[in-house]
Amino acid sequence: MPCGGCSPTAGLSHVLVPFRAVASEVEMASEAAAAMDSATLGYGAAIALNRFGLGARPRDRVEGSSQAWVLECTLAYRARPPAAAELEHSEPLLGRFLEAQHKFRERRRAGAPGDVRPNPAAGLAAEAYSLQLQARMSMAVDSSASFVERLVHFWANHFAVSADKAILRALAGTLEFEAIRPNVLGRFSDLLLAVERHPAMLIYLDQARSIGPNSQMAQRSDSSRSLGLNENLARELLELHTLGGGHTQEEVVELALALTGWTVGGTKLFRQFPPGRFAFRPEAHEPGARRCVGRRYAEAGEAQAVAILNDLSLHPSTAHNVSLKLARHFIADDPPARVVRRLATVFLRTGGDLPAVYRALVEAPEAWAVPLAKFKSPWEWMVSALRALQIPPHTFPFRSGLSDLGQPAWRSKSPAGWPDRKEAWAAPHALLVRVRLAKKLAEEAGLRDARVLAPGILPGVLQRRTAAMIAGAESATHALALLLCAPEFLRR
Amino acid sequence: MSMIGRREVLAGTFAHAALMLPGIRLARAETERRLVVIVLRGAMDGLHMLAPYAEPAYRTARRQLALGPGEHGGAVKLDGLFALHASLVRTAELFARGDALFVHAVASQYRSRSHFDAQDVLESGALRPYARRDGWAARLVNLLPHGQALSLTPVLPLLLRGSAEVATYVPYADEQIPEDLLNRVGAMYDGDDLLHDLWIDALEIQRMADDRDSGGRRLQHLAGLAGHFLADDRGPRVAVLESHGWDTHTNQVVRLKRKLANLDSAVAALKSSLGAEWSQSLILALTEFGRTVETNGTGGTDHGTASTVLMAGGAVRGGRVIADWPGVSPRTLLDGRDLKPTTDMQALLTMVVSEFFGLDPGLVGRNLFPDSRLALSWQGLVVGRGTL
Repeated sequence: MPCGGCSPTAGLSHVLVPFRAVASEVEMASEAAAAMDSATLGYGAAIALNRFGLGARPRDRVEGSSQAWVLECTLAYRARPPAAAELEHSEPLLGRFLEAQHKFRERRRAGAPGDVRPNPAAGLAAEAYSLQLQARMSMAVDSSASFVERLVHFWANHFAVSADKAILRALAGTLEFEAIRPNVLGRFSDLLLAVERHPAMLIYLDQARSIGPNSQMAQRSDSSRSLGLNENLARELLELHTLGGGHTQEEVVELALALTGWTVGGTKLFRQFPPGRFAFRPEAHEPGARRCVGRRYAEAGEAQAVAILNDLSLHPSTAHNVSLKLARHFIADDPPARVVRRLATVFLRTGGDLPAVYRALVEAPEAWAVPLAKFKSPWEWMVSALRALQIPPHTFPFRSGLSDLGQPAWRSKSPAGWPDRKEAWAAPHALLVRVRLAKKLAEEAGLRDARVLAPGILPGVLQRRTAAMIAGAESATHALALLLCAPEFLRR
Repeated sequence: MSMIGRREVLAGTFAHAALMLPGIRLARAETERRLVVIVLRGAMDGLHMLAPYAEPAYRTARRQLALGPGEHGGAVKLDGLFALHASLVRTAELFARGDALFVHAVASQYRSRSHFDAQDVLESGALRPYARRDGWAARLVNLLPHGQALSLTPVLPLLLRGSAEVATYVPYADEQIPEDLLNRVGAMYDGDDLLHDLWIDALEIQRMADDRDSGGRRLQHLAGLAGHFLADDRGPRVAVLESHGWDTHTNQVVRLKRKLANLDSAVAALKSSLGAEWSQSLILALTEFGRTVETNGTGGTDHGTASTVLMAGGAVRGGRVIADWPGVSPRTLLDGRDLKPTTDMQALLTMVVSEFFGLDPGLVGRNLFPDSRLALSWQGLVVGRGTL
């Protein structure tokens, strides 16, 4: 298979090997491809920087083995960089929100009809959302361990909460910063537990007000209050977070019953408890043993659901679900079944050790076989553009850009999160919006030479046609805009 | 009547316009002169703006693109050799009154047919691209006591980089995607199955929403604003505007008809908003290079060398075409394809700027174009400062 002259010299002399030829060759001889050092094919660096990482910055260079480079970069990851450290923790934040909301409701109940003062809780939530989003983008743009940052975003999408109500607007980012960031390089079971105990998740999926039908609270209450079991968290836990399907409705109910008592202090039914904090309230918990995923779980209070979650986190279906989603995110919309199987095997063999699974993913030859296999989501495209042009996030209205592109941060409207397939994002109007935003980004970037920038951020994948279009652009600004709209930049 | 009084009568909300500008100190510059530079990006075809209609070689080379005087010619006769594109209605009026002139067959010394490189040379005032990171207009501002400059562009152009006395001002975000950018994006997607098909649909959507002339109205609006800011006694004395979309490889007749009309509206808007300061003003419309003499077979022209400089303003001694005209017959062409330049852009600018501001040409040349050895010519294109 010809390499087509992948010249190491700088400038626009890189020639691209036809993608279709490469893909079919690999299907026929995957073992041979596996043995090949991707660096000789010329696009290993692009995959390392742009598909595993969040996008090349102008001075980023991949030295030596692309796979080793990706793995080594993870050492630079910090769960709490300065941008995150400055943010308000969910506990005091939620406390303030609930307090403000409670006061507002009291005032409205008791107050004059003409009182039109706005709800201060809404303003509080909006401000928190804005600060959190700025921090998220800052971390993404500045990171030298962007493979791990990408994994954080991946898990935040896997465990999606959507900021559709004011209270979630205040909290959505905190789940990512407090539950996911510290656990992204740990065990899946720890990650799962941290997420399912976080107030954002408990409130989003209505767990905070789920009461066991035979619990003390249910028995004490009068029938005028509707206190009942809420299955939402249990359902999504099984359907999305762990098994990915194949379970029964009975199992959903059993898990929901086991989860009763898992709540958040300060919320409507538990106002007297420390606000904004996870609390296990025995009086809300459904007594008795539960049956789930083929096992019996004795009554054990809070530990009952923990035991179920631990078993779920080691279930083969969970291993497959997680592996499939990882493979879809890092390899292709429809990844080869054999690599999914390989990842799932590692997952089970190591008891859900996520770094081991990530390593297997990075070392999978299938991940390096086809460049530009994934279409960037709006978030990915925006982050990679800010990284490539080194635009400080606080100077660019990326939030409205993301909304215009159809991916407002932490607002997927569904616990399933954003889809990870090109069909979700590659649409005519969306393309026009990207071109319009590309022009704005280019204007913000000032005087940068796209011809010099392009081969550095798209090493080995820059097409002659694209390079020619960029070089012939009417102005430096248009040239940068073209770079951001290029087929090679729209994909990773 | 004071400046401010008339402003309030004429311009309503634009009273004390310069007060609205962040970054502009309110300081009275010593000079009364106002300079506007309009950068035409994409290589404006000087031969289509100002056509040597009387030369047979012109008609032969330009075929269906050729302009000429007369009802269907698309141009207005200025003298025995040149005709001005009919879109430049207001500019022609100024020409007739002596407030506008054209300098033809002008180019910089750097022979490049790359937009990037040539724009860099045009703006930096160097002899080679990327030799300097500041612009000649910024260096000019540094020569004007208490002088300030304003750029009405989204990005501060190289032309004005290098001076502390510069501000940018863009009154609203431009939501329209420029036509040139659309065309190039489409060309980029040509070989990509997914993007090519999406783009066809995207263009349909764009066409339905498209406001074809918003770019032109925007330039006109910005030009009007520039005039208001310049007219303010305590405002800037140098303003920069820019216009894209001049790279007419295809469909030149239709596209330049519109683009030149846009330019004409901008000049008219400047005249209107400069008010009494028009007599002290000079507008320079410059482009990085010209286009091939011969049409290219796809209804347009390709990158060339020499082009035209438009000068308008009360300070201009106008009503003439200034050119050491080489002609467009095949044996006189540069590289067998381009109009040969006979006036050096930097020499022209040095002479014009020094006369306009009443500065020593040697001083101006050394500061604005320090790397160049300039053979100055074309004196008297503008009324020198102090004489009226």
